[in-house]
Amino acid sequence: MAEHHGPKPVKTPFMSRGTLVLIALALAGGACYLYRMVFGLAAATNLDNQWPWGIWIAIDVASGVALAAGGFTTAALADIFHKEKYHAIVRPALLTAMLGYTFVVIGLLADLGRYYNVWHPMLPSMWQGNSVLFEVGICVMIYLSVLYIEFLPIVAERFMGRVNLPGPLRIFNRVVDSWLIVCHRFLGRFISLFIIAGVVLSCLHQSSLGTLMVIAPTKVHPLWYTPALPALFLMSAIAVGFPMVIFESILASRSFKLRPERELLSGIAMYTPVLLAAYLAVKIADLVERDAVRYVFEGSLQSVMFLIEVGLGVVAPMVILLSKRARNSIAGLFTASSLVIFGVALNRINVFLISYRPLYPEKSYFPSPFEILVTVGLISTLVLVYRAIVMIFPVIAAAPEAAPREVVVTAPASEPEGATR
Amino acid sequence: MTLDRREILRLAGVGCAALAAGVRPADAELAPSPASADSWAVLMDTVACIGCRKCEWACNVENRLSDAPASTFDNLKVVDAPRRPEHDSFTVVNRFRSPADRDHSWTVKLQCMHCADPACASACLVGALAKDQTGPVTYDAWKCIGCRYCMVACPFQIPAYEYNKPVQPQVRKCTFCAPRLAEGRSPACVAICPNEALTFGRRQVVLDAAHTRIQASPGRYFPHVYGESEAGGTSWLYLAPVEFAYTGLPALDDEPIPHHTERIQHAIFKSFVPPLALYGVLGLVMHALRGDNGHQENTSG
Ligand code: SF4
Ligand code: SF4
Repeated sequence: MAEHHGPKPVKTPFMSRGTLVLIALALAGGACYLYRMVFGLAAATNLDNQWPWGIWIAIDVASGVALAAGGFTTAALADIFHKEKYHAIVRPALLTAMLGYTFVVIGLLADLGRYYNVWHPMLPSMWQGNSVLFEVGICVMIYLSVLYIEFLPIVAERFMGRVNLPGPLRIFNRVVDSWLIVCHRFLGRFISLFIIAGVVLSCLHQSSLGTLMVIAPTKVHPLWYTPALPALFLMSAIAVGFPMVIFESILASRSFKLRPERELLSGIAMYTPVLLAAYLAVKIADLVERDAVRYVFEGSLQSVMFLIEVGLGVVAPMVILLSKRARNSIAGLFTASSLVIFGVALNRINVFLISYRPLYPEKSYFPSPFEILVTVGLISTLVLVYRAIVMIFPVIAAAPEAAPREVVVTAPASEPEGATR
Repeated sequence: MTLDRREILRLAGVGCAALAAGVRPADAELAPSPASADSWAVLMDTVACIGCRKCEWACNVENRLSDAPASTFDNLKVVDAPRRPEHDSFTVVNRFRSPADRDHSWTVKLQCMHCADPACASACLVGALAKDQTGPVTYDAWKCIGCRYCMVACPFQIPAYEYNKPVQPQVRKCTFCAPRLAEGRSPACVAICPNEALTFGRRQVVLDAAHTRIQASPGRYFPHVYGESEAGGTSWLYLAPVEFAYTGLPALDDEPIPHHTERIQHAIFKSFVPPLALYGVLGLVMHALRGDNGHQENTSG
């Protein structure tokens, strides 16, 4: 069966027309990022005292964290609930989470007025346990480290016994190699501890991200203001995990000319309508309980955005994925997972931006070109780094598109380790 | 001791129950509001205020806010258009008019309310903002990381940010002249007010004075002291001739804002039981299900 071949570095030229576009966007974003650092927030953004948070928080941080949820959901599925056949998608999901969180931090640094103080929450003398943001910050920091640790075995697998540093660095070859071996041995035994920690940390900060806005009861629109926000954030993060993996996997196989792991993807897609239904049920029950249903059709910007979020982002993909035919077709899977991703990202934007109503509004907020370019640039850079990493490290397990299935079963098994070099 | 799978799963069930029991609102554990009767407070009487902007000028001088010459503060027209405190003006006076009688107006001085249980301080992840026992909510710029969560949190929308500074920007708001209070002096604005629209003293004393004023001239004041209980109480208190809806001050209930989030936070992090229970449950599940799908085990992992 398809899942029997292990992950290998993807063999494909790095440059393509798509990469060129991404490089251009990344450079533009980088320039804007620099501009913000040199000239400050007033010059680069449309933020003001009414609107302290803009798209860098709503998209780069809040949506970024939610969309990186594939990492912990797949780890839970494959490693904790031992659905072993899904191991093939653990590594790509892990890489996405690792890069996703890394870029969340890079995006956050642009937004922080005193980014050079970002390490302050680590100092016990400054710990402020009542602060939701403190908890989010600490969890994200530890989780990011856990993700890098979880990625180490992949590095070890690739380079153990083959460390070949360039030039004078050569003298370190032995040291690095034995370090990799130690990592490999240690993590081989204890990786489960880190995997479980990753899942716990994710549950904590995914939900706490929702608690953040609970501190503004008079500013957040009643369609989203609820003490259930943490529960809703956690449930939607879990729901978007697999769609994110499906979305990426289909894109990657197209871009790298590999055969998509259709059966695996259809398999995890089965969970999605159930998770979405549970999320939707809690969301509706909460609206009813708070007597907020009347805002749904009030015709305001908020109500329209809410309807799009729930209709297009939750109900539509749920219905699509209930159909077996859609689940078993790449087009169906891709459409539905794109919609889920859109829905969850829009939910984060709604909670942090659209629902926010300054008490004394002077003007409305719309992101400046700099803000938009930094966000687009960060996403482009992420995709480029992802592409580079899967070409260097054994992350993706898939057969070339052209290969007939029978060959796929046997070929990798007979191929000795390291033949990919 | 070896546990069979069923026992492990039962244990996991117990863990889940503990988890559910742990994650429950824990009201009793919320920190009591630090508003003490003998902390410092100021009563702002919008009826007595004449809108002269002397307080704005005194604040500007005391805190070295802007280079604006004293004469800029002589322009009394600006009070007619509502203004907000900014990074270079900690306090502003705004005029409000009666919807029924446009000639009947009153002026409201705005600044940080120095909440008893401040949302900004609860929000701040590094403790840069903190409530001092004596009343002021203070700011330590050195700790601040500039996340502006305090601005999201403040129910009065007070903190302003120095967006214009690329380095060392600060959150700016009224300090209650904490250094002056420490020296036993009243805040600069109170000291300069020519019409005794500002009364400085111990919170309980000031509150009693406010109620006495309402009782002494019932026609003059709307019978409510704003800030006595709003958002759990504030150190700055207000009297007005009309309902407070016509003063630009937000309508707030009595619950301290931090309770909304701290109730959830403390429930989840109560002595770390829920996170550890979750860790335990997942560990047990991982152990119990090991080999369940054994026939599918393969190369990876
Ligand atoms: S008014 Fe706002 S800034 Fe002032 S203490 Fe209260 S929450 Fe903090
Ligand atoms: S901007 Fe500064 S003072 Fe405000 S919450 Fe963030 S760290 Fe605290």
